[in-house]
Order: sequence, then C-alpha cells, then structure tokens
Amino acid sequence: MTPTTTALRAGLRRGLIELRATFTNGQDLWNYFFPTAVLLVAMFFMRGSTVPGTDFSLGARTLPSALGMGLLFGGLLGLAQQLIVDREDGTLLRAKAIPNGMLGYLVGKLVLISAISLIGVVIQLVPGLFFLDGLRLGDPGAWLTLAWVVPLGLVATLPLGAVIGSVIENPRNMGLVVLPIFGLIALSGIFYPINGLPGWLQGVAQVFPLYWLGLGMRSALLPADLAAVELGGSWRHLETLGVLGAWAVLGLVLAPVVLRRMARRESGSRVAARRERAMQRVG
Amino acid sequence: MTAVELPGAVAAPRPPDEDLVLDVRDLRMRYGAVDVLHGVDLTARRGEVVALLGPNGAGKTTTIEILEGFRLPSAGTVRVLGVDPAHGDERWRARFGVVLQSWRDHGKWRVRELLSHLGDFYAPYATDRTPRPWPVDDLLATVGLTGHADTRVARLSGGQRRRLDVAVGIVGRPELLFLDEPTVGFDPAARREFHELVHRLTDLDETTIVLTTHDLAEAEKLADRILILAGGRIVAEGSPDQLARRVASDAEVRWTRDGERYVHATADATAFLRDLLREHGDRVRELEVRRASLEDAYLALVHEEETGIRTGRAERVWQQEATR
Repeated sequence: MTPTTTALRAGLRRGLIELRATFTNGQDLWNYFFPTAVLLVAMFFMRGSTVPGTDFSLGARTLPSALGMGLLFGGLLGLAQQLIVDREDGTLLRAKAIPNGMLGYLVGKLVLISAISLIGVVIQLVPGLFFLDGLRLGDPGAWLTLAWVVPLGLVATLPLGAVIGSVIENPRNMGLVVLPIFGLIALSGIFYPINGLPGWLQGVAQVFPLYWLGLGMRSALLPADLAAVELGGSWRHLETLGVLGAWAVLGLVLAPVVLRRMARRESGSRVAARRERAMQRVG
Repeated sequence: MTAVELPGAVAAPRPPDEDLVLDVRDLRMRYGAVDVLHGVDLTARRGEVVALLGPNGAGKTTTIEILEGFRLPSAGTVRVLGVDPAHGDERWRARFGVVLQSWRDHGKWRVRELLSHLGDFYAPYATDRTPRPWPVDDLLATVGLTGHADTRVARLSGGQRRRLDVAVGIVGRPELLFLDEPTVGFDPAARREFHELVHRLTDLDETTIVLTTHDLAEAEKLADRILILAGGRIVAEGSPDQLARRVASDAEVRWTRDGERYVHATADATAFLRDLLREHGDRVRELEVRRASLEDAYLALVHEEETGIRTGRAERVWQQEATR
C-alpha cells in the first residue's frame, strides 16, 4: 500500500473513532440535541399556521428549510470550529509531525463532519414526521433529490468551513462569522417565505448558499404544488445546482491554499502562545 | 574538536560523515529586527544524546523547531538525517519523532486507540532493518502505560500524559527523537521516571536524542554531550565531565575531626587528601570533596540572561576555562 492510501484509510478510521468519541460524550450530545429540540418545538407550535397563499402547514415547510440550515451549520461552522479548537490544543501540529498526517487528519475531519451533519438531518427529520403532515417521504423522487442536494450542500459548505477555520485563530472571533449567518437566516426564508421582502434583499439572500440549501431541501420533501409559492414559482433546481456549485468551486480552490498556508505556519511555540492566551481568558 | 565555541571563533570545516545525524552550521534566525540565533553550530552522531541547555528565551525552542522543519531559518545550512528540513518530504519525516512542550490534543481518544492510529501512518515506511510501527503493546510496556491502555487521554496525569507524548514520538521507531523541555512541570518522582525512560530508549536502539532543557542537573543526567545556548549563541559545548572540569578551578574539601568541622579549598584535592589521611587517619570523618561546580557557572549565565544585566561574569568564566 502506498503512503497516500495508508493515510486515506487511517483518515477514514480516524473519522469513525472521533464519531464514536463525540457521540459518547455528554457535552457534545447536548450540543447536538438541544438545538434540534428547540427547532422541533418551534415547528410543533407552527404546525397549525399555514404557508401564505396555501393551506399547507408552516411547520411542515420549516422542517426541510431547517434541515438545509443544519447542513450550513454542520459543514461550515462545524468544520471551522473543529479546526480552530484542533489548532489550539495541538491536534493539528501532531498531524503535521506525522508522515502524511495532515492528509489523514483532513480526511478524518471530513468524514466526521459529514457524518455528524447526516445524523443531524436524521434526528431532526424522524421526530418531525410524528407531528408534521404533508412531507412526501414515501416518494422515490424525494430521495433522489436528497441524494444530490445533501452531498452538494456539504461540498459547498465544508471547504468554506476549512477556509474560515484556517483564517480565524482565536475562538472568540467565531462571532464574526456566526452573527452574519444569523442575519442570513432571517433573509433566506428558513422560517418564513421571503416573497414579501424588497427585491434587493431577496437578491442578497440568493447570493449565499443558505437560501439554496433551504430551497433544495424543500424541493425534496414538500409536495410539488408548493413550488408555486417559491420565488419564481418553481423549485429552480438548475439555479440551485449553479449557485451551490459555484460556492463549492470557490471553496475547493481557496481551501487547499489557505489550509496549506495555515499548516505551514503551525509550530510548537504558536500552540504554546495560543495556550497562554486561552489561560488568560479563563483566569 | 573544539569543545568551547567562543563568539567569533570560526568552526573548522568538517568532512561529510555518514554517522552525522544532525549537522547544523552557522544557523541564524531573525524575527523582524531581532536576532534570536547568531550562528549556531551543532552536530549529533548516531546514538548520541545531545542536550541543548539554556535559560528561557535562549533560542532552544527556535533551534529545535527549525530542525523539525516547523520553521524556516533566516540563514545557515541545516542537515537533519542528511536532508534540509525546508525541503524534507514525508519519507524524511517518517524517520524522526517529535515531542513538543505542551500537548493537550486527542483528549477524547483512548491511549491504545491513539497509538495504534498514529502508528498506522508509519507502516509504509518500514524497512528490513527497521520494522515500523512499533507494536502498540510493546510500546505501552516501554513507556509504562500498559495499565492505562484503555484510559481516555484527558484522564491521564501530567506525567502519564508526557509518557504518552514520548510513546507517540517513538511509535514510528525513529532514528532521531526531539524532546523539547520534556520534564517541565514534573514533580521529582515523575522526573526520575522520565529520565529512566530516556535511558531505556537509548539502550534499546541506536536512537539519537536531541533534547532541550533549562535544568542543568537534567542535562548532566541524560546527555552524552551538552551544548549551552545563551543569547542565541552556543557558549560552551562538551560532555558533562569536560564542562565540569573546564569550570572547576578549586575543589572544596570538607571533613570533621574530633567533632570539629573543617573546610579547605585546594587546586590539588588528591595530594591534599593523601596528606590529610596520612596525618589523621581514621579520625577524619564525613569526608567530602566537591568541585566548584558547573552549576555556579551556569547559574551566573542564567542570571545574566534573566536580568538582562550583562556583567560579563558568565562569559569570563567560560572564556577563562577555554584558554587554560
């Protein structure tokens, strides 16, 4: 076996080991389940309202949109967070000190974050099915759409997460990314259709991947006639593919450059300096 | 070999040498306008334990990070296992191990899991002479963590954690091992255990070890050769004995006779003792001979580094001994 395939396999195993570790850790489990529970409660109370212009449950419309949002949170913020933490505690430097360790590390992270994101979809979707009506899970077409929207969503968000995680060194600065994302959630029609927003705001929303992640997931799980109340009156699959694809290409071009630069600068004294700063934050 | 490198002294050209695991000449490092290393020369032969000894801020960590390929030097030639670290590939990286100062990584992993995972990366680099990686059970036994194989890394004590770091450093059966301040923050028992571990490593294989420390006693205990680094320069170099002899001027002889305590300083302790014993024989009790120590000279140096007041006293000690 060549060193590269060895590292790829080790990376896969690494992802699985970390997956098991994170799902047997109380704090991590809380972090996964608590936001899911909050969202489910919100949908529960929204189930009686209807999507404007239809008699379809607003709660049932929110579920797929929130799943799209989950992909962004998992892929982008999840990976960024992991990179920042792993740099602070020396995990990344450890990988750098091992032959092909960075490759193994990165593969492991992608496996881990993808798995967490998929599990996140499941733990939100399954309980939702018990109290939300109208989701077309029995339709093979739904699964076909999920089969390209979810992977494309991850490919569009993971490299961006890698870039953000490489650029931000101090965990405190994550707010710089999280706050705009919250703003974007309001703009992107996750909890309520954005047909009523001014045109230029709709335009802004459609530049970013979040709107398309929500739309793509809705197109998979909602009945076909709900497309009528979307912008343009259609699920716009081609545009979804185009925008998410463009973000994926941008991320995949940037990420290796930024990751390499970040990894090159990593050294023991940088880890020690960060640790010192972290101690000051605590103390 | 010149054992003491004076500032300004020119190192004699050395012939290329198969046994030279580490060969550093005129290494310089500058951050902005500040020079951190002013021309460091450093070699290590196969199987040798070399200590870089110096106060905090002397440039030890910078030097070792350049050797590990984690930092690019401003100038100088560096060869680690025959390769310039700036251009070292993964095959080169597989031949040495790194133990850094502070590591808190992989806290959720179990000890055995981590060692076996990291060991996997070395398997393609096995050779007939050096099977890689080191089997995990043997490795656990070597570093004394057999009983903690299934413990989560975050639950290890400081000393156990450090031994795990060493285990990770040697899991690929390195030809060369870097240890950066390996015993900082240890209690005396953990320190002794760690020293025994290092001795075991050098006995096992022909592992070359380069360690940094600011503790003279540790350097004397572990190293075949000590390089004293201060202010970005190697101010002295030699075996612990050579260094000690170089700074030892007078020996101090202490004894008691008839309940009275005596102290005498002499340049020739052997002659003095012969006379003393001939004259008083068995009445001489609690006899003790102490060389004016290397420690005194080293402490003077550390003091200058830490206070920033260069009285020149430390440098004079080393220079004086060099010209003797």
